[in-house]
Amino acid sequence: MTTATTPTPREMTVIYNREDKIFRGIVTGGALTSLVVLGLIGLFLFLRGAQVFNDKGISFITGVNWTAGTGDGAILDDFSIGAMLVGTIVVSLIALVFAFPLAIGGALYLEFYAPTRVKKPLVTLLDLAASIPSLIFGLWGIEIFTRFGERWAILLSKWLGWIPIFNVQFENFGRSPFIAGCVLASLIVPITTSVAREVYSRTPRDLVDTCYALGGTKWGAIRSVVVPYGKSGVIGGAMLGLGRALGETVAVYLLLNLVFRYNFRILESEGGNVASLIATKFGEATEYEIKALVAAGFVLFLLTLVVNMTATTIVQRSTPRA
Amino acid sequence: MSTSGPATTAMSAVVGAEANTFTGLETCGAHAWFGKHHALSDVSLKFPSRTVTGLIGPSGCGKSTFIRLLNRMHEFIPGAAMAGEVLHNGSDIYAPSVDAAVVRLKIGMVFQKPNPFPAMTIRENVLSGIKLAHLKKPNHDDIVEGCLTRAGLWKEVKDRLGASGGSLSGGQQQRLCIARSLAVEPEVLLMDEPCSALDPGSTLRIEETIKELAEKITVIIVTHNMQQASRVSDFCAFFLTDGGPGYLVEADATRKIFTNPSDSRTADYVQGKFG
Repeated sequence: MTTATTPTPREMTVIYNREDKIFRGIVTGGALTSLVVLGLIGLFLFLRGAQVFNDKGISFITGVNWTAGTGDGAILDDFSIGAMLVGTIVVSLIALVFAFPLAIGGALYLEFYAPTRVKKPLVTLLDLAASIPSLIFGLWGIEIFTRFGERWAILLSKWLGWIPIFNVQFENFGRSPFIAGCVLASLIVPITTSVAREVYSRTPRDLVDTCYALGGTKWGAIRSVVVPYGKSGVIGGAMLGLGRALGETVAVYLLLNLVFRYNFRILESEGGNVASLIATKFGEATEYEIKALVAAGFVLFLLTLVVNMTATTIVQRSTPRA
Repeated sequence: MSTSGPATTAMSAVVGAEANTFTGLETCGAHAWFGKHHALSDVSLKFPSRTVTGLIGPSGCGKSTFIRLLNRMHEFIPGAAMAGEVLHNGSDIYAPSVDAAVVRLKIGMVFQKPNPFPAMTIRENVLSGIKLAHLKKPNHDDIVEGCLTRAGLWKEVKDRLGASGGSLSGGQQQRLCIARSLAVEPEVLLMDEPCSALDPGSTLRIEETIKELAEKITVIIVTHNMQQASRVSDFCAFFLTDGGPGYLVEADATRKIFTNPSDSRTADYVQGKFG
């Protein structure tokens, strides 16, 4: 009589043939290269800025001053980016608040309501808009939008001025984070809309059909299937837009006066962000100031990484249970 | 196969009852197009209340197009057009004053692939139609139990109504989809190859469900499976295409279609000589 023994699982080997090996090498190399480049950029920024981090410690990102010393010791170097970090986040959030609903509405319109002859040119236009240089948006913001934005700002301060963020000290409404945020919103609407539309267009057709077959309206189908199904992808698209807004340089450079002070009053004519700080100061910076600017770049680099990682986490967590 | 009761009376309805006294669903000279493509030509058919009709025919003959014409799902395809009439209890569902959403509430549909809403629980899936159509119905618990029972799924899921619809097997998912369709109390249920993605056991289970459903509602089912058509349907309609638009070859009691059809092409098809 034989006793049944549980066999140990056998080792399974995979044999790659030559063309598989070559292809594997190429794609692995490509993937690693981009990772290595990213890592090297981070490392470079950190090493070049290390002295400033060492000198200033945490006050580099909490302090507000950006003062170049005179060299003779009368005025000491004092570089910190707290005000600019706050400016970066405030302006980007304003942009997101305006861009997100516009993008969702636009994407739903294009995907579910626009007639084909309207949809096709609009989609093309949208993709083109996503590739317009931000400088153009900045110029449009200064030359045209500011006039309208100022009126909105006046109304906001008049009716909602009791809310601290809409409060103003001076009756001067141009060049404010609010206006810069609106312009950044128009800058990130195309990419966010484009991603959202793409996501919505992948809603399984039969799920939408089922809503109709149950006597649902188009709005019902959108609310109960399309939006929940696309939630994670759309958040991802919004984060892409946010990432672009965080790093936006030229438009903010044109639209905001750099003022080194914490400013949460979004209608006030002062602000700035990290990227435009770097662009403004780099040309005539002293050796030590350049190190401080590189350190600022490193902080911005980390901020963008964190935003993107958060986006990825949200996307993974909210993927529908299948 | 039994020829008693509804089958006999229903057959006389097919042969010729007056349109204005006819209760059920019927089409008069229905055509369908996708853009310039003429997909379906001149189909006149009657589906008496509380019967099961199988739509059979080779691929591309317009069965699915036809069934989507019956609850105005056809018009969701860009470029889709139709001609003729589809009458439900004597009134034209394509009349300009008719709200298509209301039509679909009365004439429900189950699709080929089981597709419970992925983000909803079993219970939420059953009630989804009521929510979508803003129906005011008390006693959701009774609806959930009633519909799942009619769909033959209650015993298997009663202890896990809060589980995701996606956690069920394929056959269970399809029965959940049937329960979901029943919750809005349709008078007609259209089924587009509801078993083609399922194993034989689940298929039989759904066929039993279909027969039970026909005690209360009208069922119209597209199927490629001849045995299935002969098992579940009271009537069969055979569609064909000669390369042009699909058309109706003949419609009759299922037993007649399978034993002694009027058209030799029907005989060839049901015996498996082509298709």
